Amino acid sequence: MKVLQSLLLVLALIVIALVVAVIPGGQTLIGKVLPYLAFAVFIGGFIAKVVGWSRSPVPFRIPTTAGQEESLPWIKPNRFDNPSTTFGVIVRMLLEVTMFRSLFRNTKAEIHDGPKLVYGSSKYLWLFALIFHYSFLTVVIRHLRLFLNPVPGFVQAISFADGFLQVGSPSVMISGLTLVLGVLLLLLRRMIRPQVRYISLVNDYFPLLLILSIAVSGILMRYFLRVDIVSVKQLIVGLATFHPVIPGQVGAIFFVHLFLVCCLMAYFPFSKLMHMGGVFLSPTRNMANNSRKVRHINPWNDPAIKPHSYADYEDEFREFMKEAEIPVEKE
Amino acid sequence: MYDKEKIIPGLIVFVLIAVFPILYNRGNAGHIPNPEKPKAARECVRPVQDMRESHMQLLIDWRTDVIRDNGARYATAAGGTRYARSLQLGCMKCHDSKRKFCDECHNYAAVKPYCWDCHIEPKENM
Ligand code: HEC
Ligand code: HEC
Ligand code: HEC
Repeated sequence: MKVLQSLLLVLALIVIALVVAVIPGGQTLIGKVLPYLAFAVFIGGFIAKVVGWSRSPVPFRIPTTAGQEESLPWIKPNRFDNPSTTFGVIVRMLLEVTMFRSLFRNTKAEIHDGPKLVYGSSKYLWLFALIFHYSFLTVVIRHLRLFLNPVPGFVQAISFADGFLQVGSPSVMISGLTLVLGVLLLLLRRMIRPQVRYISLVNDYFPLLLILSIAVSGILMRYFLRVDIVSVKQLIVGLATFHPVIPGQVGAIFFVHLFLVCCLMAYFPFSKLMHMGGVFLSPTRNMANNSRKVRHINPWNDPAIKPHSYADYEDEFREFMKEAEIPVEKE
Repeated sequence: MYDKEKIIPGLIVFVLIAVFPILYNRGNAGHIPNPEKPKAARECVRPVQDMRESHMQLLIDWRTDVIRDNGARYATAAGGTRYARSLQLGCMKCHDSKRKFCDECHNYAAVKPYCWDCHIEPKENM
Protein backbone atom coordinates (compact mmCIF):
# COMPACT_ATOMS: atom_id res chain seq x y z
CA MET A 1 0.00 0.00 0.00
CA LYS A 2 2.64 2.49 1.13
CA VAL A 3 4.86 1.43 -1.72
CA LEU A 4 1.99 2.07 -4.13
CA GLN A 5 1.43 5.54 -2.70
CA SER A 6 5.11 6.32 -3.14
CA LEU A 7 5.07 4.94 -6.65
CA LEU A 8 2.09 7.16 -7.50
CA LEU A 9 3.92 10.18 -6.10
CA VAL A 10 6.95 9.49 -8.27
CA LEU A 11 4.79 8.85 -11.33
CA ALA A 12 2.99 12.14 -10.66
CA LEU A 13 6.35 13.93 -10.59
CA ILE A 14 7.32 12.34 -13.90
CA VAL A 15 4.01 13.40 -15.47
CA ILE A 16 4.43 16.95 -14.17
CA ALA A 17 7.94 17.06 -15.63
CA LEU A 18 6.75 15.72 -18.99
CA VAL A 19 3.97 18.27 -19.18
CA VAL A 20 6.13 21.19 -18.10
CA ALA A 21 8.89 20.16 -20.55
CA VAL A 22 6.55 20.60 -23.54
CA ILE A 23 4.58 23.73 -22.60
CA PRO A 24 6.17 26.99 -23.79
CA GLY A 25 8.57 28.40 -21.21
CA GLY A 26 8.53 25.11 -19.32
CA GLN A 27 12.06 24.21 -20.37
CA THR A 28 13.29 27.57 -19.13
CA LEU A 29 11.57 26.89 -15.81
CA ILE A 30 13.10 23.43 -15.36
CA GLY A 31 16.43 24.27 -16.98
CA LYS A 32 17.18 27.71 -15.59
CA VAL A 33 15.10 28.43 -12.49
CA LEU A 34 14.33 25.17 -10.74
CA PRO A 35 17.94 23.98 -10.32
CA TYR A 36 18.89 27.17 -8.46
CA LEU A 37 15.82 26.96 -6.23
CA ALA A 38 16.37 23.28 -5.51
CA PHE A 39 20.06 23.80 -4.80
CA ALA A 40 19.32 26.69 -2.44
CA VAL A 41 16.77 24.59 -0.57
CA PHE A 42 19.27 21.73 -0.43
CA ILE A 43 22.13 23.79 1.00
CA GLY A 44 19.97 25.99 3.22
CA GLY A 45 17.89 23.10 4.51
CA PHE A 46 20.96 20.97 5.13
CA ILE A 47 22.65 23.69 7.18
CA ALA A 48 19.44 24.48 9.08
CA LYS A 49 19.00 20.80 9.94
CA VAL A 50 22.56 20.37 11.19
CA VAL A 51 22.46 23.61 13.18
CA GLY A 52 19.15 22.48 14.67
CA TRP A 53 20.70 19.20 15.76
CA SER A 54 23.71 20.97 17.20
CA ARG A 55 21.41 22.82 19.56
CA SER A 56 20.55 19.62 21.42
CA PRO A 57 22.97 18.97 24.24
CA VAL A 58 24.42 15.50 24.48
CA PRO A 59 24.71 14.86 28.18
CA PHE A 60 26.82 11.78 28.49
CA ARG A 61 29.43 9.88 26.61
CA ILE A 62 27.58 6.91 25.22
CA PRO A 63 29.76 3.84 25.50
CA THR A 64 28.92 1.17 22.95
CA THR A 65 29.45 -2.36 24.02
CA ALA A 66 30.94 -3.38 20.70
CA GLY A 67 34.44 -3.39 22.13
CA GLN A 68 36.32 -3.51 25.43
CA GLU A 69 36.59 -0.02 26.83
CA GLU A 70 39.86 1.27 28.16
CA SER A 71 40.27 0.37 31.82
CA LEU A 72 43.10 -1.37 33.65
CA PRO A 73 46.46 -1.49 31.91
CA TRP A 74 46.47 -5.27 31.58
CA ILE A 75 43.06 -5.43 29.90
CA LYS A 76 43.42 -4.91 26.18
CA PRO A 77 41.09 -2.14 25.04
CA ASN A 78 39.50 -2.11 21.60
CA ARG A 79 40.87 1.20 20.39
CA PHE A 80 38.56 1.69 17.41
CA ASP A 81 35.32 0.01 18.43
CA ASN A 82 35.32 1.65 21.84
CA PRO A 83 37.80 4.50 21.46
CA SER A 84 38.98 6.64 24.33
CA THR A 85 40.95 9.09 22.19
CA THR A 86 40.03 11.55 19.45
CA PHE A 87 42.18 9.62 16.99
CA GLY A 88 40.25 6.46 17.76
CA VAL A 89 36.98 8.33 17.21
CA ILE A 90 38.16 9.60 13.85
CA VAL A 91 39.08 6.07 12.76
CA ARG A 92 35.74 4.72 13.99
CA MET A 93 33.89 7.48 12.14
CA LEU A 94 35.87 6.88 8.94
CA LEU A 95 35.15 3.16 9.11
CA GLU A 96 31.50 3.92 9.73
CA VAL A 97 31.22 6.34 6.83
CA THR A 98 33.22 4.32 4.33
CA MET A 99 32.44 0.73 5.40
CA PHE A 100 29.08 0.99 7.22
CA ARG A 101 30.29 -1.05 10.18
CA SER A 102 27.09 -0.56 12.14
CA LEU A 103 25.18 -2.28 9.37
CA PHE A 104 27.74 -5.06 9.38
CA ARG A 105 26.67 -5.84 12.94
CA ASN A 106 23.05 -6.17 11.93
CA THR A 107 21.42 -9.23 13.50
CA LYS A 108 18.23 -11.09 12.90
CA ALA A 109 16.04 -12.75 15.52
CA GLU A 110 14.11 -15.88 14.73
CA ILE A 111 11.87 -18.16 16.77
CA HIS A 112 12.53 -21.85 16.22
CA ASP A 113 10.63 -24.88 17.52
CA GLY A 114 10.87 -25.22 21.21
CA PRO A 115 10.06 -22.28 21.27
CA LYS A 116 13.64 -21.10 21.08
CA LEU A 117 14.78 -17.56 20.21
CA VAL A 118 17.81 -17.54 17.95
CA TYR A 119 19.92 -14.56 16.93
CA GLY A 120 22.04 -14.70 13.81
CA SER A 121 24.10 -12.36 11.73
CA SER A 122 22.38 -10.66 8.82
CA LYS A 123 24.66 -9.02 6.32
CA TYR A 124 22.19 -8.31 3.52
CA LEU A 125 21.50 -4.73 4.49
CA TRP A 126 25.23 -4.03 4.77
CA LEU A 127 25.95 -5.56 1.38
CA PHE A 128 23.04 -3.82 -0.38
CA ALA A 129 23.93 -0.50 1.22
CA LEU A 130 27.55 -0.80 0.10
CA ILE A 131 26.52 -1.60 -3.49
CA PHE A 132 24.05 1.25 -3.53
CA HIS A 133 26.14 3.99 -1.95
CA TYR A 134 29.34 3.34 -3.85
CA SER A 135 27.47 3.14 -7.16
CA PHE A 136 25.73 6.38 -6.34
CA LEU A 137 29.04 8.05 -5.49
CA THR A 138 30.60 6.86 -8.74
CA VAL A 139 27.63 8.07 -10.74
CA VAL A 140 27.79 11.50 -9.08
CA ILE A 141 31.52 11.82 -9.75
CA ARG A 142 31.05 10.76 -13.37
CA HIS A 143 28.40 13.46 -13.80
CA LEU A 144 31.03 16.07 -12.98
CA ARG A 145 32.15 15.78 -16.60
CA LEU A 146 29.00 17.75 -17.44
CA PHE A 147 29.68 20.39 -14.77
CA LEU A 148 33.38 21.09 -15.17
CA ASN A 149 35.13 22.49 -18.21
CA PRO A 150 37.89 21.39 -18.78
CA VAL A 151 37.19 17.99 -17.24
CA PRO A 152 39.78 17.15 -14.56
CA GLY A 153 41.77 13.93 -14.68
CA PHE A 154 40.14 12.14 -11.76
CA VAL A 155 36.71 12.35 -13.41
CA GLN A 156 38.13 10.93 -16.64
CA ALA A 157 39.92 8.19 -14.73
CA ILE A 158 36.74 7.15 -12.94
CA SER A 159 34.71 7.24 -16.16
CA PHE A 160 37.34 5.12 -17.85
CA ALA A 161 37.36 2.55 -15.05
CA ASP A 162 33.57 2.54 -14.96
CA GLY A 163 33.32 1.89 -18.69
CA PHE A 164 36.15 -0.58 -18.94
CA LEU A 165 33.90 -3.43 -20.02
CA GLN A 166 33.79 -1.59 -23.39
CA VAL A 167 30.41 -3.05 -24.15
CA GLY A 168 28.37 -1.19 -26.73
CA SER A 169 28.52 2.39 -27.76
CA PRO A 170 28.03 4.58 -25.78
CA SER A 171 29.93 2.28 -23.43
CA VAL A 172 27.95 0.63 -20.68
CA MET A 173 28.84 2.14 -17.31
CA ILE A 174 29.01 -0.47 -14.57
CA SER A 175 27.94 1.92 -11.81
CA GLY A 176 24.68 2.71 -13.61
CA LEU A 177 23.68 -0.94 -13.53
CA THR A 178 24.83 -1.55 -9.97
CA LEU A 179 23.00 1.58 -8.81
CA VAL A 180 19.71 0.22 -10.12
CA LEU A 181 20.58 -3.18 -8.66
CA GLY A 182 21.32 -1.62 -5.26
CA VAL A 183 18.09 0.38 -5.16
CA LEU A 184 16.07 -2.66 -6.21
CA LEU A 185 17.70 -4.83 -3.55
CA LEU A 186 17.01 -2.25 -0.85
CA LEU A 187 13.45 -1.88 -2.09
CA LEU A 188 12.82 -5.62 -2.25
CA ARG A 189 14.26 -6.06 1.22
CA ARG A 190 11.68 -3.59 2.51
CA MET A 191 8.87 -5.22 0.60
CA ILE A 192 9.69 -8.87 1.25
CA ARG A 193 10.88 -9.12 4.87
CA PRO A 194 7.69 -8.86 6.95
CA GLN A 195 9.36 -7.18 9.93
CA VAL A 196 10.85 -4.46 7.76
CA ARG A 197 7.71 -4.04 5.69
CA TYR A 198 5.70 -3.56 8.88
CA ILE A 199 7.77 -0.53 9.90
CA SER A 200 8.20 0.96 6.41
CA LEU A 201 6.47 4.24 5.65
CA VAL A 202 5.95 6.34 2.55
CA ASN A 203 9.04 8.33 3.47
CA ASP A 204 11.06 5.10 3.35
CA TYR A 205 9.82 4.02 -0.06
CA PHE A 206 9.59 7.42 -1.69
CA PRO A 207 13.33 8.28 -1.66
CA LEU A 208 14.19 4.83 -3.01
CA LEU A 209 11.64 5.10 -5.80
CA LEU A 210 12.69 8.66 -6.57
CA ILE A 211 16.31 7.59 -6.88
CA LEU A 212 15.24 4.61 -8.97
CA SER A 213 13.31 6.91 -11.30
CA ILE A 214 16.33 9.19 -11.63
CA ALA A 215 18.58 6.26 -12.45
CA VAL A 216 16.13 4.79 -14.95
CA SER A 217 15.58 8.14 -16.69
CA GLY A 218 19.35 8.56 -16.90
CA ILE A 219 19.83 5.10 -18.36
CA LEU A 220 17.03 5.69 -20.85
CA MET A 221 18.67 8.94 -21.85
CA ARG A 222 22.13 7.47 -22.24
CA TYR A 223 21.34 4.26 -24.08
CA PHE A 224 17.91 4.63 -25.67
CA LEU A 225 16.39 8.09 -26.11
CA ARG A 226 19.68 9.85 -26.82
CA VAL A 227 20.04 13.57 -26.26
CA ASP A 228 22.69 15.92 -27.55
CA ILE A 229 25.28 15.76 -24.79
CA VAL A 230 27.18 18.82 -26.04
CA SER A 231 24.06 20.99 -25.60
CA VAL A 232 23.31 19.36 -22.24
CA LYS A 233 26.78 20.22 -21.01
CA GLN A 234 26.39 23.80 -22.24
CA LEU A 235 23.18 24.04 -20.23
CA ILE A 236 24.73 22.64 -17.06
CA VAL A 237 27.99 24.58 -17.29
CA GLY A 238 25.77 27.63 -17.90
CA LEU A 239 24.08 26.96 -14.57
CA ALA A 240 27.40 26.51 -12.80
CA THR A 241 28.74 29.78 -14.21
CA PHE A 242 25.52 31.75 -13.53
CA HIS A 243 24.85 32.32 -17.23
CA PRO A 244 22.06 29.80 -17.74
CA VAL A 245 21.22 29.00 -21.34
CA ILE A 246 18.90 26.54 -23.12
CA PRO A 247 21.02 25.69 -26.15
CA GLY A 248 20.01 23.75 -29.24
CA GLN A 249 17.46 20.98 -29.07
CA VAL A 250 17.51 18.93 -25.92
CA GLY A 251 15.04 16.06 -25.63
CA ALA A 252 12.23 16.07 -23.06
CA ILE A 253 13.79 13.08 -21.27
CA PHE A 254 16.60 15.34 -20.11
CA PHE A 255 14.15 17.74 -18.50
CA VAL A 256 12.39 14.86 -16.77
CA HIS A 257 15.75 13.68 -15.42
CA LEU A 258 16.70 17.19 -14.29
CA PHE A 259 13.29 17.78 -12.71
CA LEU A 260 13.53 14.56 -10.69
CA VAL A 261 17.04 15.47 -9.54
CA CYS A 262 15.77 18.90 -8.43
CA CYS A 263 12.98 17.18 -6.50
CA LEU A 264 15.54 14.95 -4.81
CA MET A 265 17.72 17.93 -3.86
CA ALA A 266 14.81 19.93 -2.49
CA TYR A 267 13.42 16.93 -0.62
CA PHE A 268 16.77 15.89 0.79
CA PRO A 269 16.98 18.06 3.94
CA PHE A 270 13.49 17.09 5.04
CA SER A 271 13.91 13.38 4.59
CA LYS A 272 15.72 10.41 6.05
CA LEU A 273 18.38 11.07 3.42
CA MET A 274 19.77 13.61 5.89
CA HIS A 275 21.64 10.68 7.43
CA MET A 276 24.36 11.92 5.07
CA GLY A 277 24.99 14.75 7.53
CA GLY A 278 23.50 12.98 10.51
CA VAL A 279 25.98 10.12 10.56
CA PHE A 280 28.66 12.58 11.66
CA LEU A 281 26.49 13.69 14.55
CA SER A 282 25.54 10.26 15.89
CA PRO A 283 26.43 10.31 19.57
CA THR A 284 27.29 6.63 19.63
CA ARG A 285 29.86 7.16 16.87
CA ASN A 286 31.38 10.58 17.48
CA MET A 287 32.27 10.58 21.17
CA ALA A 288 35.31 9.13 22.84
CA ASN A 289 34.39 6.83 25.68
CA ASN A 290 36.61 8.44 28.30
CA SER A 291 34.13 8.84 31.12
CA ARG A 292 36.56 7.12 33.48
CA LYS A 293 39.31 9.63 32.79
CA VAL A 294 37.52 12.94 32.23
CA ARG A 295 34.65 14.50 34.12
CA HIS A 296 31.85 15.49 31.75
CA ILE A 297 29.42 18.06 33.04
CA ASN A 298 25.88 17.67 31.84
CA PRO A 299 25.40 20.75 29.65
CA TRP A 300 21.81 21.33 30.65
CA ASN A 301 22.56 21.47 34.36
CA ASP A 302 21.27 24.69 35.91
CA PRO A 303 24.36 26.52 37.21
CA ALA A 304 22.25 28.03 39.98
CA ILE A 305 21.77 24.58 41.50
CA LYS A 306 24.93 23.89 43.46
CA PRO A 307 26.12 20.37 44.26
CA HIS A 308 24.57 19.09 47.44
CA SER A 309 26.61 16.45 49.22
CA TYR A 310 25.25 13.99 51.75
CA ALA A 311 27.09 15.78 54.55
CA ASP A 312 25.34 19.03 53.65
CA TYR A 313 22.05 17.23 53.42
CA GLU A 314 22.49 15.80 56.89
CA ASP A 315 23.41 19.22 58.27
CA GLU A 316 20.24 20.61 56.81
CA PHE A 317 17.87 17.92 58.00
CA ARG A 318 19.64 16.53 61.10
CA GLU A 319 16.91 17.50 63.54
CA PHE A 320 14.11 16.07 61.41
CA MET A 321 16.04 12.91 60.86
CA LYS A 322 16.68 12.38 64.53
CA GLU A 323 13.02 13.01 65.22
CA ALA A 324 12.08 10.32 62.73
CA GLU A 325 14.77 8.05 64.23
CA ILE A 326 16.73 7.89 61.03
CA PRO A 327 20.37 7.11 61.84
CA VAL A 328 22.72 10.05 61.24
CA GLU A 329 26.48 9.94 60.79
CA LYS A 330 27.32 12.98 62.90
CA GLU A 331 25.54 13.55 66.16
CA MET B 1 24.99 25.59 19.59
CA TYR B 2 27.22 22.89 21.00
CA ASP B 3 30.51 21.71 19.47
CA LYS B 4 30.71 24.81 17.26
CA GLU B 5 34.39 24.28 16.63
CA LYS B 6 33.65 20.97 14.90
CA ILE B 7 30.25 21.54 13.33
CA ILE B 8 31.01 24.84 11.61
CA PRO B 9 34.15 23.57 9.81
CA GLY B 10 32.19 20.44 8.88
CA LEU B 11 29.43 22.54 7.33
CA ILE B 12 32.00 24.67 5.51
CA VAL B 13 33.55 21.56 4.00
CA PHE B 14 30.10 20.36 2.97
CA VAL B 15 29.25 23.64 1.25
CA LEU B 16 32.65 23.76 -0.48
CA ILE B 17 32.14 20.28 -1.89
CA ALA B 18 28.59 21.13 -2.97
CA VAL B 19 29.61 24.28 -4.84
CA PHE B 20 32.83 22.76 -6.19
CA PRO B 21 31.71 23.10 -9.87
CA ILE B 22 30.98 26.81 -9.35
CA LEU B 23 34.39 27.42 -7.79
CA TYR B 24 36.15 25.29 -10.40
CA ASN B 25 34.65 27.03 -13.45
CA ARG B 26 35.07 30.50 -11.92
CA GLY B 27 32.28 31.91 -14.06
CA ASN B 28 34.00 30.88 -17.28
CA ALA B 29 32.12 28.41 -19.47
CA GLY B 30 35.38 27.61 -21.27
CA HIS B 31 35.91 26.41 -24.81
CA ILE B 32 32.67 25.43 -26.58
CA PRO B 33 33.29 22.76 -29.21
CA ASN B 34 33.20 23.92 -32.78
CA PRO B 35 33.66 20.82 -34.96
CA GLU B 36 34.97 21.69 -38.40
CA LYS B 37 32.34 21.20 -41.15
CA PRO B 38 33.53 19.07 -44.09
CA LYS B 39 34.33 21.22 -47.11
CA ALA B 40 33.73 18.63 -49.82
CA ALA B 41 30.38 17.24 -48.68
CA ARG B 42 27.04 18.96 -48.12
CA GLU B 43 25.08 16.47 -46.04
CA CYS B 44 25.81 13.96 -43.34
CA VAL B 45 24.60 10.38 -43.46
CA ARG B 46 21.65 11.31 -41.23
CA PRO B 47 20.03 14.63 -40.23
CA VAL B 48 22.51 16.70 -38.23
CA GLN B 49 20.49 16.66 -34.99
CA ASP B 50 20.29 12.84 -35.12
CA MET B 51 24.03 12.70 -35.69
CA ARG B 52 24.76 14.93 -32.73
CA GLU B 53 22.57 12.79 -30.51
CA SER B 54 23.31 9.25 -31.57
CA HIS B 55 26.23 8.92 -33.99
CA MET B 56 27.86 6.42 -31.61
CA GLN B 57 24.85 4.13 -31.86
CA LEU B 58 24.78 4.46 -35.63
CA LEU B 59 28.44 3.48 -35.77
CA ILE B 60 28.01 0.40 -33.61
CA ASP B 61 24.91 -0.61 -35.59
CA TRP B 62 26.94 -0.38 -38.80
CA ARG B 63 29.69 -2.41 -37.18
CA THR B 64 27.27 -5.16 -36.15
CA ASP B 65 25.39 -5.13 -39.40
CA VAL B 66 28.40 -5.07 -41.71
CA ILE B 67 30.75 -7.39 -39.84
CA ARG B 68 28.43 -9.82 -38.05
CA ASP B 69 25.28 -9.87 -40.18
CA ASN B 70 26.94 -9.43 -43.54
CA GLY B 71 25.00 -6.20 -44.19
CA ALA B 72 25.53 -3.79 -47.07
CA ARG B 73 28.85 -1.93 -47.03
CA TYR B 74 27.45 1.09 -48.89
CA ALA B 75 24.30 3.15 -48.53
CA THR B 76 22.79 6.39 -49.77
CA ALA B 77 21.90 9.42 -47.64
CA ALA B 78 18.55 11.24 -47.90
CA GLY B 79 20.05 13.82 -50.27
CA GLY B 80 21.52 11.17 -52.59
CA THR B 81 25.12 11.12 -51.32
CA ARG B 82 26.61 7.63 -51.50
CA TYR B 83 28.76 6.66 -48.52
CA ALA B 84 30.52 3.66 -47.06
CA ARG B 85 29.03 2.30 -43.81
CA SER B 86 32.40 2.33 -42.18
CA LEU B 87 34.30 4.29 -39.58
CA GLN B 88 37.54 4.78 -41.50
CA LEU B 89 36.17 4.72 -45.04
CA GLY B 90 32.85 6.43 -44.19
CA CYS B 91 32.85 9.08 -41.49
CA MET B 92 36.51 9.85 -41.86
CA LYS B 93 36.30 10.27 -45.65
CA CYS B 94 34.18 13.40 -45.18
CA HIS B 95 35.28 14.36 -41.65
CA ASP B 96 38.92 14.05 -42.58
CA SER B 97 40.43 15.36 -39.34
CA LYS B 98 39.78 13.46 -36.16
CA ARG B 99 41.46 16.19 -34.16
CA LYS B 100 39.42 19.09 -35.55
CA PHE B 101 36.13 17.20 -35.67
CA CYS B 102 35.55 14.23 -33.38
CA ASP B 103 38.00 15.33 -30.67
CA GLU B 104 36.46 18.82 -30.46
CA CYS B 105 33.30 17.41 -28.90
CA HIS B 106 34.85 14.40 -27.24
CA ASN B 107 37.32 16.44 -25.23
CA TYR B 108 34.46 18.69 -24.15
CA ALA B 109 32.32 15.75 -23.05
CA ALA B 110 35.33 13.78 -21.77
CA VAL B 111 34.76 10.68 -23.86
CA LYS B 112 37.61 8.71 -25.38
CA PRO B 113 36.17 6.21 -27.86
CA TYR B 114 38.39 3.15 -27.83
CA CYS B 115 37.71 2.57 -31.54
CA TRP B 116 41.07 4.13 -32.33
CA ASP B 117 42.88 1.33 -30.50
CA CYS B 118 42.43 -0.60 -33.75
CA HIS B 119 41.00 1.70 -36.39
CA ILE B 120 43.49 4.07 -37.97
CA GLU B 121 42.73 7.74 -37.80
CA PRO B 122 43.28 9.85 -40.93
CA LYS B 123 46.69 11.52 -41.23
CA GLU B 124 46.38 15.09 -40.07
CA ASN B 125 47.54 17.50 -42.79
CA MET B 126 48.73 20.38 -40.72
C1 HEC C 1 28.84 17.37 -31.99
C2 HEC C 1 29.89 16.84 -31.19
C3 HEC C 1 30.49 15.49 -31.61
C4 HEC C 1 31.17 15.19 -32.75
C5 HEC C 1 31.50 16.13 -33.89
C6 HEC C 1 31.54 13.82 -32.64
N1 HEC C 1 31.10 13.28 -31.47
FE1 HEC C 1 31.26 11.34 -30.90
N2 HEC C 1 30.40 11.80 -29.13
C7 HEC C 1 29.94 13.04 -28.77
C8 HEC C 1 29.48 13.00 -27.41
C9 HEC C 1 28.92 14.16 -26.63
C10 HEC C 1 29.66 11.67 -26.97
C11 HEC C 1 29.35 11.12 -25.58
C12 HEC C 1 27.96 10.66 -25.50
C13 HEC C 1 27.62 10.17 -24.13
O1 HEC C 1 28.49 10.12 -23.26
O2 HEC C 1 26.48 9.82 -23.93
C14 HEC C 1 30.23 10.95 -28.08
C15 HEC C 1 30.53 9.61 -28.05
C16 HEC C 1 31.07 8.91 -29.09
C17 HEC C 1 31.33 7.50 -29.08
C18 HEC C 1 31.03 6.55 -27.92
C19 HEC C 1 32.11 6.68 -26.88
C20 HEC C 1 31.89 5.88 -25.64
O3 HEC C 1 32.78 5.12 -25.30
O4 HEC C 1 30.84 6.02 -25.02
C21 HEC C 1 31.88 7.17 -30.28
C22 HEC C 1 32.32 5.81 -30.73
C23 HEC C 1 31.96 8.39 -31.04
N3 HEC C 1 31.46 9.42 -30.29
C24 HEC C 1 32.49 8.48 -32.31
C25 HEC C 1 32.66 9.66 -32.99
C26 HEC C 1 33.41 9.80 -34.21
C27 HEC C 1 34.12 8.68 -34.91
C28 HEC C 1 33.38 11.12 -34.55
C29 HEC C 1 34.07 11.81 -35.71
C30 HEC C 1 33.68 11.34 -37.00
C31 HEC C 1 32.57 11.80 -33.58
N4 HEC C 1 32.16 10.89 -32.63
C32 HEC C 1 32.27 13.13 -33.61
C33 HEC C 1 29.93 14.18 -29.53
C34 HEC C 1 30.48 14.29 -30.79
C1 HEC D 1 29.14 12.17 -47.05
C2 HEC D 1 30.01 12.84 -46.17
C3 HEC D 1 29.77 12.55 -44.68
C4 HEC D 1 29.88 11.34 -44.09
C5 HEC D 1 30.15 9.97 -44.70
C6 HEC D 1 29.65 11.57 -42.69
N1 HEC D 1 29.40 12.89 -42.46
FE1 HEC D 1 28.98 13.75 -40.69
N2 HEC D 1 28.61 15.50 -41.58
C7 HEC D 1 28.81 15.76 -42.91
C8 HEC D 1 28.45 17.13 -43.17
C9 HEC D 1 28.51 17.83 -44.53
C10 HEC D 1 28.04 17.67 -41.94
C11 HEC D 1 27.54 19.08 -41.69
C12 HEC D 1 26.08 19.12 -41.95
C13 HEC D 1 25.45 20.44 -41.66
O1 HEC D 1 25.98 21.18 -40.83
O2 HEC D 1 24.39 20.66 -42.22
C14 HEC D 1 28.15 16.63 -40.97
C15 HEC D 1 27.82 16.78 -39.64
C16 HEC D 1 28.10 15.83 -38.65
C17 HEC D 1 27.89 16.00 -37.26
C18 HEC D 1 27.32 17.22 -36.57
C19 HEC D 1 28.42 18.23 -36.36
C20 HEC D 1 27.95 19.51 -35.75
O3 HEC D 1 28.61 20.50 -36.00
O4 HEC D 1 26.97 19.51 -35.07
C21 HEC D 1 28.33 14.87 -36.63
C22 HEC D 1 28.34 14.58 -35.14
C23 HEC D 1 28.78 13.98 -37.66
N3 HEC D 1 28.62 14.59 -38.88
C24 HEC D 1 29.30 12.73 -37.42
C25 HEC D 1 29.52 11.81 -38.42
C26 HEC D 1 29.84 10.43 -38.16
C27 HEC D 1 30.06 9.82 -36.77
C28 HEC D 1 29.92 9.82 -39.35
C29 HEC D 1 30.16 8.34 -39.60
C30 HEC D 1 29.14 7.50 -39.02
C31 HEC D 1 29.68 10.81 -40.37
N4 HEC D 1 29.43 12.01 -39.75
C32 HEC D 1 29.71 10.57 -41.72
C33 HEC D 1 29.27 14.87 -43.88
C34 HEC D 1 29.46 13.52 -43.67
C1 HEC E 1 39.80 -4.75 -31.39
C2 HEC E 1 40.02 -3.85 -32.47
C3 HEC E 1 38.80 -2.96 -32.84
C4 HEC E 1 38.20 -2.03 -32.05
C5 HEC E 1 38.55 -1.63 -30.61
C6 HEC E 1 37.15 -1.45 -32.83
N1 HEC E 1 37.11 -2.03 -34.06
FE1 HEC E 1 35.79 -1.63 -35.55
N2 HEC E 1 36.60 -3.06 -36.68
C7 HEC E 1 37.69 -3.83 -36.34
C8 HEC E 1 37.94 -4.77 -37.44
C9 HEC E 1 39.07 -5.77 -37.44
C10 HEC E 1 36.96 -4.54 -38.42
C11 HEC E 1 36.77 -5.32 -39.70
C12 HEC E 1 37.10 -4.51 -40.90
C13 HEC E 1 36.52 -5.18 -42.12
O1 HEC E 1 36.39 -6.40 -42.16
O2 HEC E 1 36.16 -4.42 -43.00
C14 HEC E 1 36.13 -3.48 -37.91
C15 HEC E 1 35.05 -2.94 -38.61
C16 HEC E 1 34.27 -1.90 -38.17
C17 HEC E 1 33.17 -1.33 -38.91
C18 HEC E 1 32.59 -1.81 -40.21
C19 HEC E 1 33.20 -1.59 -41.51
C20 HEC E 1 34.54 -0.95 -41.67
O3 HEC E 1 35.30 -1.40 -42.50
O4 HEC E 1 34.82 0.04 -41.00
C21 HEC E 1 32.69 -0.30 -38.18
C22 HEC E 1 31.54 0.64 -38.52
C23 HEC E 1 33.48 -0.24 -36.96
N3 HEC E 1 34.43 -1.23 -36.99
C24 HEC E 1 33.26 0.67 -35.95
C25 HEC E 1 33.95 0.64 -34.76
C26 HEC E 1 33.64 1.53 -33.67
C27 HEC E 1 32.56 2.59 -33.67
C28 HEC E 1 34.49 1.22 -32.67
C29 HEC E 1 34.57 1.89 -31.29
C30 HEC E 1 33.37 1.92 -30.53
C31 HEC E 1 35.33 0.12 -33.13
N4 HEC E 1 34.96 -0.20 -34.40
C32 HEC E 1 36.31 -0.44 -32.38
C33 HEC E 1 38.43 -3.73 -35.19
C34 HEC E 1 38.12 -2.96 -34.11
